[in-house]
Amino acid sequence: MSSSFVFINIFAISCLIFAFIKDKRKAIQGVVIALRNFIKIIPTILAVILSITLLLAFFSEKQISQIVGDKAGFIGIIIVAFLGSILQIPSLISFPLAASLLKRGASITLIAVFITTLTMVGIITLPLEIKAVGKRIALMRNGISFIIAIIIGIILGMIL
Amino acid sequence: MRKQFKKLKRTEKDWKQNIVILGIVFVVTIILFLFFPSKREVMIVTFEKFFIEMISILPAVLILMGLFTVFISKKMVMRYLGEAAGIKAIFLGILMGALPTGPLYIAFPIASVLLKKGVRVASVVSFLSAWACIKIPQEMVELQFLGFKFMALRLFLTIIFVIIMGIFIEWAVKLTNQK
Repeated sequence: MSSSFVFINIFAISCLIFAFIKDKRKAIQGVVIALRNFIKIIPTILAVILSITLLLAFFSEKQISQIVGDKAGFIGIIIVAFLGSILQIPSLISFPLAASLLKRGASITLIAVFITTLTMVGIITLPLEIKAVGKRIALMRNGISFIIAIIIGIILGMIL
Repeated sequence: MRKQFKKLKRTEKDWKQNIVILGIVFVVTIILFLFFPSKREVMIVTFEKFFIEMISILPAVLILMGLFTVFISKKMVMRYLGEAAGIKAIFLGILMGALPTGPLYIAFPIASVLLKKGVRVASVVSFLSAWACIKIPQEMVELQFLGFKFMALRLFLTIIFVIIMGIFIEWAVKLTNQK
């Protein structure tokens, strides 16, 4: 058992106990929402885990690192950043995917750039954001986030 | 009411779509499993490992998200952020954004109201960015799969850059307003 598993579950259980003490009705409502979300997300999670299984079984380290490895260079980083900005993968399932790619020799920089743009930059949701906070703020926030994601990825790649 | 119904219909359609995708991936996996006996062991071990790793934290993560959705209302977020000022407003923006309460498109209307109320631009920008990428359950899944060092360092860098970005955008907005 990993320590993160213990930590996460203890944290959730304490929150749950606290919630029940504070307001039983609301706590039950929260659990119902959790159950509903579980049903909603479980097909996607299974599909991703199966895809990871195939990826790790049929692609060698060499093949994967050629596409998303250190040799991908700056152009690779830009491509991954764009992919992350456009795709709408729930971050919850992007992490196991990232872990499996890292295991097979993907570069830390590329993975970090991908995860960061995936969450921070949203081209699909940009029209909604413009409507809410105006063109200036929305465009600046997404544009700067795109650059920030790349910087974060490069720093992570250098340190780790 | 009608809108809600429409939304329900959409998620149901999404769910069916995801089931179809799962079905396709499942069939492909079974076929490959049958035709490549040498790969069977790797496949079973990998599936088991990732499945257990996911299922051992998923209920906890979802319960946290559910509880926060119920206990922290839009009104609360707006009240807290609406009153804060100075550098505290930026940190509060990040904190409020990091609470796990649903997808990004829920945060947009909140941000819109906050701006109209006259809350600092830097605070609203950090709130939106934190909502997008510093969610507490998300960090937990990252911890589980990518390890403490990766998660902590990325989190630290993200917070620093989000604060800088918030202040910069606020400055740029003021500058263009003056012209």
